[in-house]
Amino acid sequence: MRDRRLASGGRIDRSRPLAFRFNGKGYRGFSGDTLASALLASNVRLTARSFKYHRPRGIVGSGPEEPATLVELEGCHASANRAATTVRLEDGMAARSVNCWPSPGLDLGAVSQLFAGLIPAGFYYKTFKWPGWRLYEPAIRRAAGLAGAPDAPPPDAPPPDGHFEAVHAHADVLVVGAGPAGLMAALVAGRAGRRVFLADERTEAGGSLLDRRMEIAGRPALEWVAESVAELTSMPNVTHLQDACVWAYREHNFLMVNERSPANPSMLERNWRVRAGKVILATGAIERGLVFPDNDRPGVMLASAAQAYVNRFAVKPGERAVVFANNDSAYAAAADLLASGVDVAAIVDSRDPVPDSARDLAGGIPVKGGSVVIGVRGRRSVKGAAVSKRDGQGASTIDCDLLLHSGGWSPAVHLFSQSRGSLRYDESLATFVPDEAAQACVSVGGASGELSLASALRTGAEAAAMITGTEMPDLPTTTGESYAITPLWRVDAPGAKGRAFLDIQNDVTVDDVHLALREGYENVEHVKRYTTGGMGLDQGKTGNINIIGTIALQKGVPLQDVGTTTFRPPYSPVSFGAIGGIREESVVLPYRHTPVTQWNLDRGAFMYEAGARWRRPGYFLRGDETFQETVNRECRAVRECVGVYDGSPLGKFELKGRDAGRFLDHVYTNLMSTLKPGQCRYGLMLTEDGLILDDGVAMRLGEHRWLVSTSTAHADAVHGHMEELLQTQFPDWSVHVTTVTSQWNNATVCGPRAREVMAALGTDIDLSPEELPFMRFADGHVAGLPARVVRVSFTGELSFEINVAPRHMRDLWEWIMEAGAPSGIEPVGSEASHVLRVEKGFLSLGHEVDGTVDAHDLGMSWIMSKRKADYVGKRSVELRRRGKAVRRELVGLLPADPNDQIPEGAPLTPGGEKRPSEGLVTACVWSVVLDRWVALALLENGKSRHGETVHVRLKNATVAATVGEPVFHDPDGLRMRS
Amino acid sequence: MMLIPCPFCGHRNESEFAYGGPVKPDRPDPHAASDEDWVDWLTTVPNPLGPVEERWWHVKGCGTWLTIWRDTRTHCVVEGSGDAG
Ligand SMILES: [Zn+2]
Repeated sequence: MRDRRLASGGRIDRSRPLAFRFNGKGYRGFSGDTLASALLASNVRLTARSFKYHRPRGIVGSGPEEPATLVELEGCHASANRAATTVRLEDGMAARSVNCWPSPGLDLGAVSQLFAGLIPAGFYYKTFKWPGWRLYEPAIRRAAGLAGAPDAPPPDAPPPDGHFEAVHAHADVLVVGAGPAGLMAALVAGRAGRRVFLADERTEAGGSLLDRRMEIAGRPALEWVAESVAELTSMPNVTHLQDACVWAYREHNFLMVNERSPANPSMLERNWRVRAGKVILATGAIERGLVFPDNDRPGVMLASAAQAYVNRFAVKPGERAVVFANNDSAYAAAADLLASGVDVAAIVDSRDPVPDSARDLAGGIPVKGGSVVIGVRGRRSVKGAAVSKRDGQGASTIDCDLLLHSGGWSPAVHLFSQSRGSLRYDESLATFVPDEAAQACVSVGGASGELSLASALRTGAEAAAMITGTEMPDLPTTTGESYAITPLWRVDAPGAKGRAFLDIQNDVTVDDVHLALREGYENVEHVKRYTTGGMGLDQGKTGNINIIGTIALQKGVPLQDVGTTTFRPPYSPVSFGAIGGIREESVVLPYRHTPVTQWNLDRGAFMYEAGARWRRPGYFLRGDETFQETVNRECRAVRECVGVYDGSPLGKFELKGRDAGRFLDHVYTNLMSTLKPGQCRYGLMLTEDGLILDDGVAMRLGEHRWLVSTSTAHADAVHGHMEELLQTQFPDWSVHVTTVTSQWNNATVCGPRAREVMAALGTDIDLSPEELPFMRFADGHVAGLPARVVRVSFTGELSFEINVAPRHMRDLWEWIMEAGAPSGIEPVGSEASHVLRVEKGFLSLGHEVDGTVDAHDLGMSWIMSKRKADYVGKRSVELRRRGKAVRRELVGLLPADPNDQIPEGAPLTPGGEKRPSEGLVTACVWSVVLDRWVALALLENGKSRHGETVHVRLKNATVAATVGEPVFHDPDGLRMRS
Repeated sequence: MMLIPCPFCGHRNESEFAYGGPVKPDRPDPHAASDEDWVDWLTTVPNPLGPVEERWWHVKGCGTWLTIWRDTRTHCVVEGSGDAG
């Protein structure tokens, strides 16, 4: 293996060698390397296969613009589809090329090149249409996909918690990019005492100065960089992050920063959400490629990238180079390569004449003016460049193993454009530059088209001085450099034959764009989608402008009229984990617990999500019971002796004010204001369009004081509903709503022996049916604790809902279990509660209630007050029922075979045949009172079909069932009133 | 993420609010409105390209239902709900 590392120089730490693996083979690099520079140093040239045609590819760029070499990282660095040029090399790292199997050298998918003619632009939309795309999709995705999501991390990986973090930050000035312009801006704003947030995507500050040999104040530019960084570090008002990519610029100056290597080793990435007063965009410029046949061969590289590899990483990307350019900047790159011992055979410049400013930089390298590269020799690695005059004359081949190209520089306007700033085409720079800003931001340096070092320093300082209202500092002197360009959108010399790539990552060629235009896709956004040009992970950083140029040439219009496609986040790929941060089981979005949660967990309760971040016990598995045996045991306890459940998560709201009764009459369908203190009533709330919002209970505590309880999951919705009405429709009504969900906890003792348990607990409240009948409540003491006892029932049995302050809940619960032990009390989970309510035909939002159902369908016409002239939803329900549409009505179903369980949600069809459904099963439970499966269903005209046999249509069977009343237990409600 | 001006809390992150939708005309008298007018009021939501008056609920803050004018093209809050700190 040939080592291409230079003997000295570079920003690498030669005392810290790192071992890594690539496609299964071991290599070595140094601290400071990227995966790409380490591969080049190890002379690995064929590093990838392309997305569509599986063409051999190498490393093209040196940063996030890299279009060709995507890798999948394994082990504890696991990450899919990273550009090799952005992966900071670490010891023990293992990486794999995407798109090739088994290896880039022997890629079986490469046969697809033979069929390349069959995969033109838009092939997804044209081919494989009959009989259905889904037949072909899996095979195509396998052949033409990128890497999948990483597999589960190995055992030695960091713990799953703490991998990612999301934090908020505020800044007076957010500076994006720590190149010369960004550093200068941060210094000026920092010295002015502003809160400065400086973020840069590279592993160290300096931007383009890292890649080039420049001087500031008569010394190497990187000395100025080091001094500037040190000064920023000394300022407590400055936050400076490297390896931190600003990837989104959202509304109201909200930007996302992905810090890829936080100092905390247990953290993989940290996502900053920064709200900035002003934003200074010092994002630099990106070199674009030239478009010529076979411009994707391994060894064809951007000139600036080669310059970065020799200067920053001390790697020779080749031994003998040909440089192809249409602008001056490639000459400096050529000179640096020459100085590093690379033999530069020629500079091929499409311009005629070549400006003297450029020739002066060539330093003896032969310059071929008015010439272009018309082809590349070598398939898996460059062996030579075919060159001719632009008119095709004087064709010859120059031997080389490195073909560098530069199509000029495009300001990195991505963030500016994301912020909705407009762009304008600049003729002299042959590129799009920022025009009018839409938010409080300003572009400086290369990002604004100021491509010289002197103007980068100046514009950076100017922007910060203006924002902070401070004096312009004295600017250091710099080495001068010139930049001139004559655009060359593609090589069209007569000898130029072969695929010329515009988007290397997505395998989009000039022919594809021409085809799209021929087929009528003329808008640049349509061309993008039809060809997929610019839709890769690199977002077309090196190629988009050439696509626009190709369209402009073909249509004969200026580039300004073609315009750019819309830039969208992310600027560079970001892990989903970083966006999400820490979520589950954390302080960010915690679960809500009642004082009994720990007691439940201690007894092996299986916890369910109960909505609104509450977790409730689903069932209490005991011994070697099956799930069904557990649920049956808990149900039997309630039906035969006594059970208890924790109703604390139910939403509770206290309403005060002289208009509270009037207000409740407006939000409930039934009449509430006629209740007397001490009474409560079950009620239904609708939305204005007549849909059921919630069912709950209203209690009148006093003349102007009420307590409303809601279902757990809909508490927030009900709260918002009430507040919206009060604040926007009835601002002059005197009603004040206070959330008391967590101020009142409750344990509900239910079952025929509930009264025994209450007596054993001891209470000063007279619980006799005469003094405290069903739907009454009373305040007093239970077991010596201040309590409110409410006689509501969600199980159909005699029930006492004991409400206490949260600090008393755990005591109360344990005393209930103790006092209830002689009566055989059991704690009851949501599964048993579900069975008990189905046996009684009590509705459950989400089961029996969806957007099509109203109270009449549920057999609850009695709850829709006829006495009230108006309430929320009344008019809409009436309007809807006036039509002749068939309604689905709630019924009970008894499967013909009592042991047949019907899946919840199963459709009912006439005769169980393949016909439009006439309803669905909303719930099916094993009834402990009937000792069989029973179900609730919504059935067309169900109320008038009692006694009929209907059919449930399942995948491989039909189930016959008899229609009846939607109640299977105590139809007259005598037990809950006892 | 937008910044929404709350008359009590000042400018706060959008994530503290629940969206209440564009402001509709006042609720018609259900006894007087025709079926068409009622359905129109119920279902036709203002959706302009430009400033729209809309409600937000500061649910993770002070609980206020507030009204702002937001430009749907730019997210700019062109008119807030009163002065706030
Ligand atoms: Zn507020």
